[in-house]
This record gives sequence, C-alpha cells and structure tokens, in this order.
Amino acid sequence: MHNYTKEEIKNLANLAKIAIKDSEIDDYAKKISNIINLIEKIKTIDLKNIPPMSHPLENINQRLREDKVTETNQRELLQKNAPLIENGLYLVPSIIE
Amino acid sequence: MHRNSINELVKLLFTKKISSSELVSHYLARIKKYDSTINSFITVNDQALKQAREIDQKQDPTKPLAGIPIAIKDIFCTQGIKTTCASKMLSNFIAPYNATVIEKLITAGAIILGKTNMDEFAMGSSNENSYYGPVKNPWNLEKVPGGSSGGSAAAVAANLAPIALGTDTGGSIRQPAAFCGLTGIKPTYGRVSRFGMVAFASSLDQCGIFAHSAEDAALLMQVIAGFDPKDSTSVNTDVPNYTAELNHPLKGLRIGLPKEYFTADLETGIAVAIDEAIGVLEKLGASIQEISLPHNDLALAVYYVIAPAECSSNLARYDGVRYGMRCENPKNLEDLYTRTRSECFSDEVKRRIMVGTYVLSSGYYDAYYLQAQKARTLIARDFQQAFNNIDIILAPSAPTTAFKLNEKTDNPINMYLSDIYTIPVNLAGLPAISLPAGFADELPVGIQLIGNHFAESKILNVAHQYQKQTDWHLKMPESFE
Repeated sequence: MHNYTKEEIKNLANLAKIAIKDSEIDDYAKKISNIINLIEKIKTIDLKNIPPMSHPLENINQRLREDKVTETNQRELLQKNAPLIENGLYLVPSIIE
Repeated sequence: MHRNSINELVKLLFTKKISSSELVSHYLARIKKYDSTINSFITVNDQALKQAREIDQKQDPTKPLAGIPIAIKDIFCTQGIKTTCASKMLSNFIAPYNATVIEKLITAGAIILGKTNMDEFAMGSSNENSYYGPVKNPWNLEKVPGGSSGGSAAAVAANLAPIALGTDTGGSIRQPAAFCGLTGIKPTYGRVSRFGMVAFASSLDQCGIFAHSAEDAALLMQVIAGFDPKDSTSVNTDVPNYTAELNHPLKGLRIGLPKEYFTADLETGIAVAIDEAIGVLEKLGASIQEISLPHNDLALAVYYVIAPAECSSNLARYDGVRYGMRCENPKNLEDLYTRTRSECFSDEVKRRIMVGTYVLSSGYYDAYYLQAQKARTLIARDFQQAFNNIDIILAPSAPTTAFKLNEKTDNPINMYLSDIYTIPVNLAGLPAISLPAGFADELPVGIQLIGNHFAESKILNVAHQYQKQTDWHLKMPESFE
C-alpha cells in the first residue's frame, strides 16, 4: 500500500487546476491513497490479448454527423451565463503583460 | 390523488374527473408541507400551475402524459429553470435550451414540478454531497435516501411527485430506489437521449426513471426512449410498446442468480427478501439457475478508474470563463481557473477529478486506464456468456438497506461499496430495474432484475408480473400520508 505524500498530492492538484489548503492536505492524501489502492489491482492482472472496450455496446461505432452548420448563431443567448463579457467577447485577466 | 397510479391519473384527467391544475396544486401543496423535512427539491417550478392551466384548456388526447406532474433531477437542462447539478459551480446557471428528454416530456404534456436534489455532479451514493444540503429518507429521517439521485427518490417515496427522472452512472437510480422502496429503471446505454444531461462519466451515464410501479415506469419509458440525432451515443433501434409487453406470462422464463453476488457482505434481511421473490417468480412459472460472473471482483476497481478519468475530462470545462461561477478578483488566468475550481467544487468532486487526472497522466495511462478498459471487456463478456442460457438476472440492488446520515462520509471506499451490485451493469451497458421486495428493520429492501441490451420490456414485464402478486410497491411511509 502506497501512501501519497503531500508533495505528490499538491502536484496532482496542480495538474487538475485545483488548489488545496495546507490544512486539508492530510485528509486529501489519506483519502486519495485509499482510492488509488482500491484500483491498484488493475495494474497487475494479465490482459494481454483482451481488446479495450471503447463503447459499452460492442459492434456499435460512434456515429458521425455530416460536417455542416445546423445551428444559428445565438451568441447573445449563450453568453447570458457568462461571468464577464464585453462586446460579445469573454473577459479573462490579462495574459500578456 | 397522490395514491393513484399514473395510469389512473391519466384516466381521471382525460375524463375530467380532475384537472391538471388541481393535481399540480395538490403536489405543490405537499411539497410546501413536507419538503422542509426531507429537502428533496432544489428548485420548485413557479410556472407549474400556469402550465397546468394551459394543458387543462386545450385538452389534447394525443398527449400521453397530458397534465401529469413530474420531478426532474437537477442534472437535466431546463430552459428558464436553474440547473445546478447540486454544485456551487452551477448555482447560477440557467440553461438556454431543454434537454431532449425534457422536450419529449413537454411534448407529451407533462408538467415539471421542479428540480430535485442530488449528489454534486452525480458523484455519491447517499445524497449527502450536495451544495444544497443532504436529503433525508422518508422512511426514516435519520437515514440517507441513497444517491446520487436521492432527491428524485425521496420526492417520489414521500409522494411529493408521482414520478421522477434520475440518472444512473454506477447505481444512482437503482440504489436510491432500493433505499426508498421504489421501482427504478436504468435503461440500456444509448436507449434514452443524454443531450442536455450534464456529463459525469460519458461511457456510463444513462437517464432513467423513479416510479411506484413497473406499469408507471413503462408509461414514462415510452415517452423518453428513442433515437436522438443530437446525442452521438444514442442508438437507432425500434422502441417497443412497453405497456403492451407488460402482460406476457412468465412461464418458461429462465432467471440466473450470480453466485458472486451472494456473499457474506449481503445483509440477511436482503437475502431473505430475495429468497421470497424467487418463490413468487417460480410460482409464476420461472425457473432459477445459478450463474457465474467470474470477473465481478474487478468491477469496483475498473469503475473507479474509468468514472474518475471521464469525470476529470468532462469537468475540465468548468473554468470560470464561459458559464457557471467565477472566483472574485482573480489575480491572473491561472488564479482564475484554480481558485474558481477550488472554491466551487466539493471535496468528493475534487478527489475524483484528481484521481482521474492521476490515472490519465503521462506514464500511467496504460497501467490504469487501458488496463481498466480491457478488464471492462471481460466484465461485459461475462454477462453475454450468462445471457446465452438465461433471460434475466436476479440480484440484490444494494448490500444493505438505507444507512445512517454521516455513517460513511468519512471513508469514500465504504461509500463506494454501496454500489457493488449496480456498477457491473453500467460497465456492461445493460438495462436493470430495482423493485421493492420487502422490509428489513422497517426499511425497504430492493431487488434488481438485469436484462440483456435493449431488453427493457423484458425486465419491466417480469417486474410487473411480480408486482401483480405482491404489494411491497404499494407501501408508503406513514409520516407522509
């Protein structure tokens, strides 16, 4: 059983764009260690000639639609949920100093 | 009125013995009276009564659910009504469109009573993981209703709605249906459109139903099932007449009992209920045989690789830019992403995103995700092998009856184990139904019928024949009469 260190958990959180407070990190480390130990056995079983399942219904392929426009432009409607917009553009903090 | 079946309500409405506005008012009054006790709704539709009046005015016999109220898990997009997924992240989100199932319900004349509570983004088995607070089980207020569709289950069990929609990724309809004494069906992957259903784990998620009986569930299945060009995983096969198929006799039906499901983990009261159900089904002419699902012990590990992996990918869209919440005064773009996600996701959601990120990260993908997908093939093949010799599988829905609030919140693994009998079905994409089959210590016990792909009509048929012989599905919690 591997117990994940605070550093490993912080790194993982960073990859997922999540920040974890120092006060919470022990709890995260303990619970995530438990979950990863639950799935650990998947690594060691021999599955050499088994095809990976990519769709729950075998023999059904992902359907593709024709590459043509089916929707009208509804920018104003869709941007009603945006936290911050200006002139139809989404606003974020400046990226280039 | 809240003791009538959907079929009866449809007839009462059609013959004008009652009006939809009376019916909707009745349920709204019950929500007002009781929901502060169980917390099953996040949003009540303030237009419901107005919509009922409109239905009353233009009575249309082509609408199969004209005037019937329904509760909707708050994971389905509803134009003009908040869709929160029980998350702070979407606490301000009003979808600009309806999910396909919502469109189908409106076309059928159904009235949306409101949006029900759930575990945040459908991640949980107790409905304690909600930004809007936990839901209580109407049978015992100290117990959980199950999850993740706990609000829909509790609302129907307490008769605050006659029927409800839920979703099931690893048991989120069947386990709460079992805990709350309801009939809950998870259809085949691809049977019901998921367009407008907020995504958690896209290779597992499916929309389904909470009802008081298989007969009610069949009526609603007829409305929501079918191909949708807007959902690329929707399957284009014929939809049978579910109600007509309910009445086949069970003579000659072959039922399999997976030996791997009947271990020491199963509570005695549930084993007893299953034995009694077997007796009922045998009397109806079914034969029982033991079957084996040899790779069943891998299911939990496979699920907790695949579901978090897909969750981490799906929930990457919540970045505080296009919709949903955004943190206050972000210093820079990195801070905007990180703080928005940290402040607006709960711990369980964050843990799953992190586990998913881990199993998908460079150097680990083959060891976890690819291995899990291969093991998933074995689990699905086990079921196909079994269906060569049997028609349906009978199994417990959950290893226990409803557990106490806060009993499992400290240890995610204990919570996950609540779904050991439901998870394999999602991995294999099969349809399954949970039925009330008795009580243990005054709490409902559920049994599960699992069918082959697209055999919803078969499991509904068996469930209906069972319910004609038993009255467990008619029991209602006393405090909500």
